[in-house]
Amino acid sequence: MTALVEIKGLMIEGRSDETWSPIIKGVNLTLNKGEVLGLIGESGAGKSTLGLAAMGFCRDGVRISGGSVMFDGIDLLNASAAVKRSLLGKRIAYVAQSAAASFNPAHKIIDQHTEAPVQHGVMSRADSIKDGIELYRRLRLPNPDEIGFRYPHQVSGGQLQRAMTAMAMSCRPDLIIFDEPTTALDVTTQIEVLAAIRDIVAQFDTAAIYITHDLAVVAQMADRIKVLLKGDEVEEADTRTMLSAPKQDYTKSLWAVRSFERPTKPAVPAGAVPVVSVRGVTAAYGKAVVLHDVSFDIHAGRTVAVVGESGSGKSTTARCITGLLPPKSGTIAFDGVTLPADYRKRTKDQLRQAQMIYQMADTALNPRLRIGDIIGRPVQFYSGLTGAKRRERVDELLDQIELDPRQYFNRLPSELSGGQKQRIGIARALAAEPKFIICDEVTSALDQLVAEGILRLLARLQDTLNLSYMFITHDLATVKAIADEVVVMKDGHVVEQGPKAEMFSPPHHPYTDLLLSSVPEMDPDWLTNLLSERGLDNIGDAAVDKM
Amino acid sequence: MQSVIRIILQRLALGLLTLFVVSIVIFVAVNSLPGDFAQALLGQGATPEAVAAIRTSLGLDQPMVTRYLGWLAGALHGDLGSSFAQANFTTFTGTTSGAKTVAQQIAPRFANTMFLAGVTAAIAVPIAVTLGLLAALYRNSVFDRAVNILTLSSISSPEFFVAYILILFLAVLNPILPSLSNIYEGMAFSDRLDKTLLPALTLTLVVTAHMMRMTRAAIINLLASPYIEMARLKGVSPLRVIVRHALPNALAPIINVVALNLAYLITGVVVVEVVFVYPGIGQLFVDSVKIRDIPVVQACCLIFASAYILLNLTADILSILSNPRLRHPK
Repeated sequence: MTALVEIKGLMIEGRSDETWSPIIKGVNLTLNKGEVLGLIGESGAGKSTLGLAAMGFCRDGVRISGGSVMFDGIDLLNASAAVKRSLLGKRIAYVAQSAAASFNPAHKIIDQHTEAPVQHGVMSRADSIKDGIELYRRLRLPNPDEIGFRYPHQVSGGQLQRAMTAMAMSCRPDLIIFDEPTTALDVTTQIEVLAAIRDIVAQFDTAAIYITHDLAVVAQMADRIKVLLKGDEVEEADTRTMLSAPKQDYTKSLWAVRSFERPTKPAVPAGAVPVVSVRGVTAAYGKAVVLHDVSFDIHAGRTVAVVGESGSGKSTTARCITGLLPPKSGTIAFDGVTLPADYRKRTKDQLRQAQMIYQMADTALNPRLRIGDIIGRPVQFYSGLTGAKRRERVDELLDQIELDPRQYFNRLPSELSGGQKQRIGIARALAAEPKFIICDEVTSALDQLVAEGILRLLARLQDTLNLSYMFITHDLATVKAIADEVVVMKDGHVVEQGPKAEMFSPPHHPYTDLLLSSVPEMDPDWLTNLLSERGLDNIGDAAVDKM
Repeated sequence: MQSVIRIILQRLALGLLTLFVVSIVIFVAVNSLPGDFAQALLGQGATPEAVAAIRTSLGLDQPMVTRYLGWLAGALHGDLGSSFAQANFTTFTGTTSGAKTVAQQIAPRFANTMFLAGVTAAIAVPIAVTLGLLAALYRNSVFDRAVNILTLSSISSPEFFVAYILILFLAVLNPILPSLSNIYEGMAFSDRLDKTLLPALTLTLVVTAHMMRMTRAAIINLLASPYIEMARLKGVSPLRVIVRHALPNALAPIINVVALNLAYLITGVVVVEVVFVYPGIGQLFVDSVKIRDIPVVQACCLIFASAYILLNLTADILSILSNPRLRHPK
């Protein structure tokens, strides 16, 4: 049997500041008809670049400098633009990470669905619409007859992701590249999409390259797994072998990340005054009430993880605590003292006590300021230190976040990696010498290894400085790693709260149970077992709606 | 749809408020011009009595607030007052009855200006948008650079210079078009068009660059978006990517720059009118300022302001309508 895709010695370079540096350094890849290959690695490993190169496509500022890409006997690197266009969409299709960004906001979903079949002369528009509706049905989208006639912004992220898979299927291609199709989704939504993708790929015997950084996800989807590191192949093996017996140290380290877990702390003494006390907070944006009677406490030196899907009110709770969004009713107390609802009415010392670290370190740091100033400004603002003393304090903070002051003091944020930027975000929060820090999805934009480093740093800082954390996350692995107590939120309500050990052992609130059971596990049979446990008709939306 | 209607009504109310504020600014500014009509009419040797008589007959002796309110009330009824220059001053105490009203004086001039603006827009907008699309499609190619250089050169040259160059080539060396635009009422449309073409071409050269470059920039700005990459990965042809996938999302900035240029065509074409002796509102405006014919100046300013506000309002509303999120809320 000849391979569908045969990539040999592929070299790809990317341009930065007029020089070309290698992104992919001589990778080989073979994909047979109907086979699913998982491509994993951290960000910057070159997964997406390789996936796109398998389509003969390069983004702007990227060029293929060597090797060959053969698709079913056609040399894609030397084919004319017209030949490549005749393959793209028709025989090779692409499913992007963010369906919300990859659907054109100006056209209805079905019009984008029919574009490839009509343009390539595969089907008439009417036939393609009929076929699209059938695909929507197979992908278990709600209202399959009607959903395509909506605009992308009228459909939820998980549904859009399935609609995009349907669009990729519209010409029944031989190969689909899935580029992190579920990374942006909540765990409960991710399951539906994973199941839908897996079924439809099997039904049409489509070959696929499945790109992700999530090992547990790739374990469900792929027949074979290839691990990439900085543009080089680390190893490749069939899924079960790779999971049970990884050969390379790097692969083993990836596998080991999920093992970090903090020991359980002794119970809080009765009668202790919590550092932060949220009491009966109800909040609204305009008329839309988004928080209903939320109450919980955070004690000194403890971490409370607030978990829930997007839109459940986690970040809004944080905005209420910081005073950015004064609640309609309820109170926020700090060390037993009720704070003014509006941050503008709080004293400087009250403001100093509570700091925030943000999800996107990229956008939370001023790109024009040097690291020494980013950290130095809050030092000066809150403690009044200037000159050499300020410099001394900044150095101390940099030491605390494990970055060498001599090396980093004068750098710009753009000269740092994602994990380092997040460390600067932490140092900036520490500069105020707070008692309490809100961590808003601080690790979700980071690779697992880097994320673990951040979690370990936060844990160490908590132990040495007796900090309290409110840890907003949708990732239950993170919760397991760092939380002492857990608050589960859904639609602005707290559905369950308690110590971590209690939350992770049954009996659960049904929603907590759904969340917990939706977290992919490394077992390649996990998805199959879970779906049969839940019953196919009962997944995702349906299960959530019943609560 | 309801939210769209609400937004439009809000914008409309804001537009009216702006117009009201502008009317105050116009009135105060025009009335603070040095010199006055009576002085200008009678010249250096006028007796103070004669000047005062004319001022009284024109109501110039009233306090400013009274005059403003009178003017505003009139304007709201569509009465823009009577032109000083057309008034009958045979006896210094005479009345202004029988004089031509400002509205009568402005109407034909305004119609001419609108005709010129319309012809120019009909030529310039399609050319600019098409060139912008093509420049985005073949960006950084020789074609793109040539279009950029040509349009930038024409916008950088003074209008009268462009006008004389066109006259030289199209009226003098090759007598295809008339160099004078002496249009009058009751002219056949084709004649009128023929006489208007040269000034319209001049203005086309002046306004195309701005619109073309904005179209190009707005489209290129979108080419890095994931949905454009998606379209390319579906094997869609480059032209279709630009026209079908990029253009609908780039409409808002394009509409705005088109509106801005249309406003310019109505309010800022004095120089071209002078060169071609085109009887538009711009010339009337300048003449009226010269002789301090306050009612005409005020009326012209008010028309210019309304044109700006109305066109920007239209652009706003069209931009809103071009956004599917607002047309089809969740």
